[in-house]
Amino acid sequence: MDKILIVDDEPNILLSLEFLFKKEGYRVFIARDGEEALAIIEENVPTLIILDIMMPKVDGYEVCNFLKEHHPEVKIIFLTAKGKQKDKEKGLGMGADLYLTKPFSTKELVAQVKQLLQVETNN
Amino acid sequence: MLSDSLIILFTFGYLALLFAIAWYTERSAEKGRRLGQNPYVYALSLAVYCTAWTYYGSVGQAATHGLQFLTTYIGPTLIAPLWWVVMRKIIRISKLQGISSIADFISSRYGKNATLGAIVAVFCLVGIIPYISLQVKAIANSFNILHISNQTEVMASTVFRDTAFYLSLGLAFFTILFGTRSIEANARHDGVVMTVAFESLFKLFAFLAAGVFVTYFIFDGFASIFDAVSEAGYEALFTLRGENRNFEWFWLSILSMLAMLFLPRQFQLGVIENTDERHLDKAMWLFPLYLLLINIFVLPIALAGLTYFQGDTVNADTFVLALPIAKDQAWLAVVIYLGGFSAATSMIIISTIALSTMVSNNLVMPLLLVSSRMQNKYQNRLSSLLLWSRRISILAIILLAYMYYRVVVWDFSLVSIGLVSFVAIAQFAPAILGGIFWKGGARIGAITGISVGFVMWFYTLVLPTIVHGGFLPEGILTDGPWGISFLKPYALFGFQDLDYVSHGLFFSLVPNILAYILLSIWTKQNSKEHNQALVFVDIFKYSETLDSSIVWKGKAYLPDLKALLENFLGVAETKKLLDRFFLSMGKPIHGDLYADPALVNYSERVLSGIIGAASARIMVASVVKEEEISLEEVLGILKETQELKSLNDELKSKSKQLRQATRELQSMNEALRTNDLLKDEFISTVTHEMKTPITSIRAFSEILLDDDLPEEEKKRFLGIIIQETSRMTRLIDQVLDLERFDSGRQELNLEKVSVGILILEACDSIGQVFKERKLIFKINLDFEELFLLVDEDRIKQVILNLLSNAAKFAKTKVVLAAARDSHYLSVRVMDDGKGIPEEEIPYIFDKFFQAKNQTSKKPIGSGLGLAISKKIIEYHGGEIEIQRIDGLTCFHFTIPIQSETQNPKLNEKQTNYG
Repeated sequence: MDKILIVDDEPNILLSLEFLFKKEGYRVFIARDGEEALAIIEENVPTLIILDIMMPKVDGYEVCNFLKEHHPEVKIIFLTAKGKQKDKEKGLGMGADLYLTKPFSTKELVAQVKQLLQVETNN
Repeated sequence: MLSDSLIILFTFGYLALLFAIAWYTERSAEKGRRLGQNPYVYALSLAVYCTAWTYYGSVGQAATHGLQFLTTYIGPTLIAPLWWVVMRKIIRISKLQGISSIADFISSRYGKNATLGAIVAVFCLVGIIPYISLQVKAIANSFNILHISNQTEVMASTVFRDTAFYLSLGLAFFTILFGTRSIEANARHDGVVMTVAFESLFKLFAFLAAGVFVTYFIFDGFASIFDAVSEAGYEALFTLRGENRNFEWFWLSILSMLAMLFLPRQFQLGVIENTDERHLDKAMWLFPLYLLLINIFVLPIALAGLTYFQGDTVNADTFVLALPIAKDQAWLAVVIYLGGFSAATSMIIISTIALSTMVSNNLVMPLLLVSSRMQNKYQNRLSSLLLWSRRISILAIILLAYMYYRVVVWDFSLVSIGLVSFVAIAQFAPAILGGIFWKGGARIGAITGISVGFVMWFYTLVLPTIVHGGFLPEGILTDGPWGISFLKPYALFGFQDLDYVSHGLFFSLVPNILAYILLSIWTKQNSKEHNQALVFVDIFKYSETLDSSIVWKGKAYLPDLKALLENFLGVAETKKLLDRFFLSMGKPIHGDLYADPALVNYSERVLSGIIGAASARIMVASVVKEEEISLEEVLGILKETQELKSLNDELKSKSKQLRQATRELQSMNEALRTNDLLKDEFISTVTHEMKTPITSIRAFSEILLDDDLPEEEKKRFLGIIIQETSRMTRLIDQVLDLERFDSGRQELNLEKVSVGILILEACDSIGQVFKERKLIFKINLDFEELFLLVDEDRIKQVILNLLSNAAKFAKTKVVLAAARDSHYLSVRVMDDGKGIPEEEIPYIFDKFFQAKNQTSKKPIGSGLGLAISKKIIEYHGGEIEIQRIDGLTCFHFTIPIQSETQNPKLNEKQTNYG
């Protein structure tokens, strides 16, 4: 079963995402900041990660870099309020598979995640 | 004693040393090191004032007339502070007008009048040549004293066996070599000046050596000399007595003052050779100091000589040298002899340079230029003619002085000849001083004044010497000419109580001044004269715009003017000068066929430096078709230049203001741009902060829409939506709030409220939070009743903000303490949380500080609370800051108390919510 790690410092956002993906039948892990995320990755490498950028201690970029270096197979989705074109280019430039901005459509997000994971299984 | 040949060897050796110093200095100057250009050399060179007369004659005068010798040094010392007013002005004028001598200065002031220049030059020659011959005499005498001590022949019988003759030739050679190197008469003679400075040091050293020897080796210090003198009955010499003494002292001091300023050699070194006006600062005290030092031992030596040579017929003028010889101090005698030699030579060299310049520029040139035939004849050889006329006159002047010494019978002491020369020079004072301070001083007045003064000088001071020489009957002195007793040269109109020098000065200077003033008032200046008068008197006003402030009207063909300059300067130098001129005027080089007035004036100024003002005037006039201009025009144009200058000043200050304004605009622009940046950043932060609640709201709304959820779940999610909505409302409110404060549109709703009640109400409303978090909450109120004019809701908002922040961070307790003094209400909110890191303190009141600060865990809140609190407190005229007190984090704000009269009473109220 695909494992999804959701990282965000807003508890309510975390709550909604957790609810959404659990309902879709994924194994869901949550982290309140980058540090927690790295700790979870250490024990349990996810198939896909949904990553906020602006977080205390360790930010989303660092988590992304860590994954690209140690676990390049992990699918990465940035989900952030930083909506400028410049930010988007930076995120995708770092190797993320998707760059989505807040506020997001739940349906679309779920569809995108499914598609990413499907490609994975097809290959 | 030493042999004659050895003494001659020393003398010429010393002369060789002078050559070496001059040569080395000139060499360095060529390489760009101007050794002589400092105030010390300048001040020392001025000590050329102390000639052989000072060196030998002061002692002689002290021995016969007592303290009166001091007048010669009191005058210059008294006037030294005035140098700043008089000398500086003369220097500035001379620099800007290219003045080359005192005759040039006077002629230049009175309309560049050639006649006046020639008169002054002639009078200088007549007045100074005897003075130079006095120096030759001093050299010869001192040589003879050493010579006599050898017990051989007393005086050289023929000129060609006379050492003084060869020394004079040597000096002439030195002067020609180093004094006429450049054609420009106002050029600096670095080598000569350095030599003179050296000689001044040397003569001071030698004289002090003589003084110390006499005072401490022959006698036992000053006291023992005076004791010996008292016994011999010479006290009268060092006391002031006599009915007319005050009068004499006054006139003699005036005399030396004028001599110090206007003697050709002083003018040469003080003005022409001056390289920097600021050197006057130091010279003003160094020169009087020099005079003091060289005079310390005059009286002791005189008194020592009198007592030592009692009964002998030793001339008092020779005491300085005679005393060491009498004591068999051969080497000391040689040093003293050379000291006297140095005093004489420096005077001869400088005086000769000054006089030769006057001869060439004020006598030879104008005479040549008067006749056009002569002018044509020498057309292309003018510059070499000029140089040779200077060289020949140097030789001629020195030989004349030598002849004067040989021929004229010398009954007179050194001092009397010197003073007679002083009186001659003093005749220039009215024309010069009047010329630089009084615009009305006119040419006719100057010519008449100087001439009258000279005639009187000749009659009262020179005529008697001729009589004494046996050329005229004695009766002129004893009974007056033709037996008219009130015309007696020594006692005009029966004034016979004065000594003859004061008498002569009085009867020459007073008529001189009267003639100068009266004729200046009665005659009208012509335009050229008036122009120069204005420029001289107001020199500091015209300094910058000189070429255009000298009024001139006419036309000059540029090639003619160029040819004229080339005559004196050569082709290359002329091109250089003209290029420099065009460059400084910002005009194309050699673009015009006709020279404009500024160029004509410039050329005339350059020529003035070479051939003197009057001659330059004549030369320029020969190539220029000049139109006579009226006085009104002169005044008009001069006024224009002054207006132009003030306009220029105004423009300068305007452009300064403009630059200032530009700078201000730039910085304002900068501020605006930063402001813009801040605003952009603020907006992007606000939108970012808003996206967070909206994201939650949207996500949960969609979840609620799509799914059939259990009732409990539904309720929970709806709760979250409501919570996030109010978070957004709060954020929007605060942003609007802050924006109003920032733009200054926020208005406070001021009311007189009881501060105590306000604080307690605020505390009550948040009390529940403390209870929930199980925190101890303490309130300390330091007063009972305090009414302040504040916006109640806003102050409550601040207190609530601080308390809720404290509640977020506190571990166990929060304390609110309010106190007052006569000026301020002060409120502290403290918590025992982990505190704010030092480096964050400066930013803690910034908007969205927390949002931007990614390193700390984000607490709940908009991030605008503290920024708004700060604004509110500032709006109330107070301050808010963060402190650390006893391990507690403390937010502290103050509000000024307007005019309250309540007595603070201690009242502690404690509410424990824990």
